[in-house]
Amino acid sequence: MFDNLSDRLEGAFKSLRGENKLTELNIAQSIKEIRRALVAADVNYKIAKEFTDTVKDKALGQENVLSSVKPGQLMVKIVQDELTALMGGEAAEINLKGKPTVILIAGLQGSGKTTFSGKLANFLKKKKKSPLLVACDVYRPAAINQISVLGEQIGVPVYKEEENKDPVEIALKAIGHAKDHNFDVVIVDTAGRLSIDEAMMTEISNIREAIQPEETLFVVDSMTGQDAVNTAKAFNDVINYDGVVLTKLDGDTRGGAALSIKYTVGKPIKFVSSGEKMDTLDVFFPDRMAQRILGMGDITSFVEKAQEQFDEKEAKRLEKKIRKNKFDFNDFHDQINQIRKMGDIKSLLKMIPGMGKLTRNLDIDNNAFKKVEAIIQSMTPQERANPELLNMSRKNRIAGGCGQTINEINMFIKQFDEMRKMMHKMSKSPGFAGGAAGVPGGGAGGGRISRARKKKKRR
Amino acid sequence: MSFFNRFFNKEKKEDLDKGLEKTKSNFFGKLAKAVAGKKTVDISFLDELESVLISSDVGLDTTIKILDRLEEEVNKEGYINTNELNEILRSTIVQLLSENNTVDIEDYTLPSTETPCVILVVGVNGVGKTTTIGKLAWQYKQQGKKVVLGAGDTFRAAAVDQLKIWSERVGCDFYSKGMNTDPAAVAYETVKYAQENKCDVAIIDTAGRLHTKINLMKELSKIKKSISKRMETAPHEVLLVLDATTGQNAIEQARHFTEATDVTALALTKLDGTAKGGVALGISDQFKVPIKYIGVGEKIEQLQVFNKRAFVDSLFQ
Repeated sequence: MFDNLSDRLEGAFKSLRGENKLTELNIAQSIKEIRRALVAADVNYKIAKEFTDTVKDKALGQENVLSSVKPGQLMVKIVQDELTALMGGEAAEINLKGKPTVILIAGLQGSGKTTFSGKLANFLKKKKKSPLLVACDVYRPAAINQISVLGEQIGVPVYKEEENKDPVEIALKAIGHAKDHNFDVVIVDTAGRLSIDEAMMTEISNIREAIQPEETLFVVDSMTGQDAVNTAKAFNDVINYDGVVLTKLDGDTRGGAALSIKYTVGKPIKFVSSGEKMDTLDVFFPDRMAQRILGMGDITSFVEKAQEQFDEKEAKRLEKKIRKNKFDFNDFHDQINQIRKMGDIKSLLKMIPGMGKLTRNLDIDNNAFKKVEAIIQSMTPQERANPELLNMSRKNRIAGGCGQTINEINMFIKQFDEMRKMMHKMSKSPGFAGGAAGVPGGGAGGGRISRARKKKKRR
Repeated sequence: MSFFNRFFNKEKKEDLDKGLEKTKSNFFGKLAKAVAGKKTVDISFLDELESVLISSDVGLDTTIKILDRLEEEVNKEGYINTNELNEILRSTIVQLLSENNTVDIEDYTLPSTETPCVILVVGVNGVGKTTTIGKLAWQYKQQGKKVVLGAGDTFRAAAVDQLKIWSERVGCDFYSKGMNTDPAAVAYETVKYAQENKCDVAIIDTAGRLHTKINLMKELSKIKKSISKRMETAPHEVLLVLDATTGQNAIEQARHFTEATDVTALALTKLDGTAKGGVALGISDQFKVPIKYIGVGEKIEQLQVFNKRAFVDSLFQ
């Protein structure tokens, strides 16, 4: 609904050209827009109201800045800063000091507790810990199997008692088992429960009392609506958790629940989880979440994803090739593969500010490069390494090989040549560094990466 | 309340009431308070109504629609007292649900008289697809139908086991090719099994998937196609399961799943837990796809047919 809050705020301020001060009167419309954007993002209605009141006060306190910055931009900055500050606070690491450290996982049905437990175990294992998973969901059909399968996948043992229906006892025995067998972290996965289910809430409270965990984590679906506040509060009242885990962030939800929960219970968001693969667990960055809630793209995550795939040596090699104008079809193919490794292309594009609207009706899928790939794969190794070789007869053969018309082949080769020239030109400019080659096909991608890198160093 | 006698037996009604108790105290309970003592629709009443609707996940667009219509009605009718205002509001919401939805279903009638009747169940992760399938199968079983469940979630750990346990609870047939097999093949084979074993109903489970994952959505289209390959008129129903605790994203889910699989019906789960359920209003407002079932508890019998009249009435009691 609100693809870009900045655009809307610019609009709200258009009628105010000539005024150079923010006043109660002339920001009324933009305050309303902000509130609507927050509500559309599932931020709790009351919290959105209180939040915009704060923003209003801050905005009115700003002196004479409008000469240099557009009022709309200024408002966006105030909103973004406020949101970031609200969701941030001190860094929230998990407490691993126990011997063994006991971590209790709780949440509603279907919020993603078991998947998260698996991811957390995997995460800790990579940090050279030896985790033990404990299956305490004795109710849901096949819940014990589910965690066993996950444990097997990541190579982490699972403590389970198929016949035992008492989760308190299972958890206690598991800790004993961990002590005897030198596990240093025990992750206790529990059944999903509703906050109004008294019997089940008593049960989780009993588990917590019995095992005295170092860390209790509340797992919540990032798509949760207005009710997030009630649930988060109800769970907090009963188990006084230490942190929150936001799941299913790989969807397109704005995730306003994150703000609502932080605002209501004041507990830090310790992890965000996106995807079903076991290595998709991340620490929480409040600035990114703020941008997401406001529908402003997530350029930082985009850059990080790019960097994950970015190989310094490879980039140096590529840079040399570009300088010598020797960039060939093999390099191009490698680059395509690198981009593809970063994940779903549409969701990648969405992370770039302003692209959300553009991609909405655009059907880009991960096969977008298929045609180009087919062309390259229809070339001989010599042709791939020496783009100059391509003459009419070779082009005809390639067209036959990949099932495309000669026009399509010509168009692709033309684009490739242009790109190559452009890259060669760029390589002669003083700002060119290895990093710029991470995403070819235009200067914009390279520029963004370097800008964000500087930003990262500042942190 | 002859209405309820027709559609609900007593226990069912109690479940719905219990499930909606929280909703009531939060949603229309508040509304009743807002209405009481106000003799005209003034701005502060509309503000209050807006806040009640939005904090119940009704969504901005639908809320504005309801407010506009209410104002329009009130303008037409002239002066009204509190009771009348309450009634107008209630009928405005029912009306909204009516015009965007098809006719209410009255019991667990099968979506088609053809045998086997094939139902494909889809939705994002963790909304309660498998549980809904178990409950639905139980209802058909109660009617003396022969039911087979097809284990089309071959991806999530232990999903096949979970569905198998449900089939045992219900006492119906179960078809699986095991984990990590092609879900389209499972769907095809389930229909084949149903045909060969003279089943009345085949309900096919699928892996949860976020609606933004294009390739997974394509896989769903493929599953649907392979069902049609075995039986031209199937699937007779594509049931999208939505979690009532979900906020505005539920509308996006409804949109994308409809695009990929021509969803024919919605099931709204976890209505016993959330204080809201207002998302149902928003979805009904935007899609022609009817809400057919609501989940109001974890027990096997706690699935109900959605009845907008009863739903709204029950909220206002």
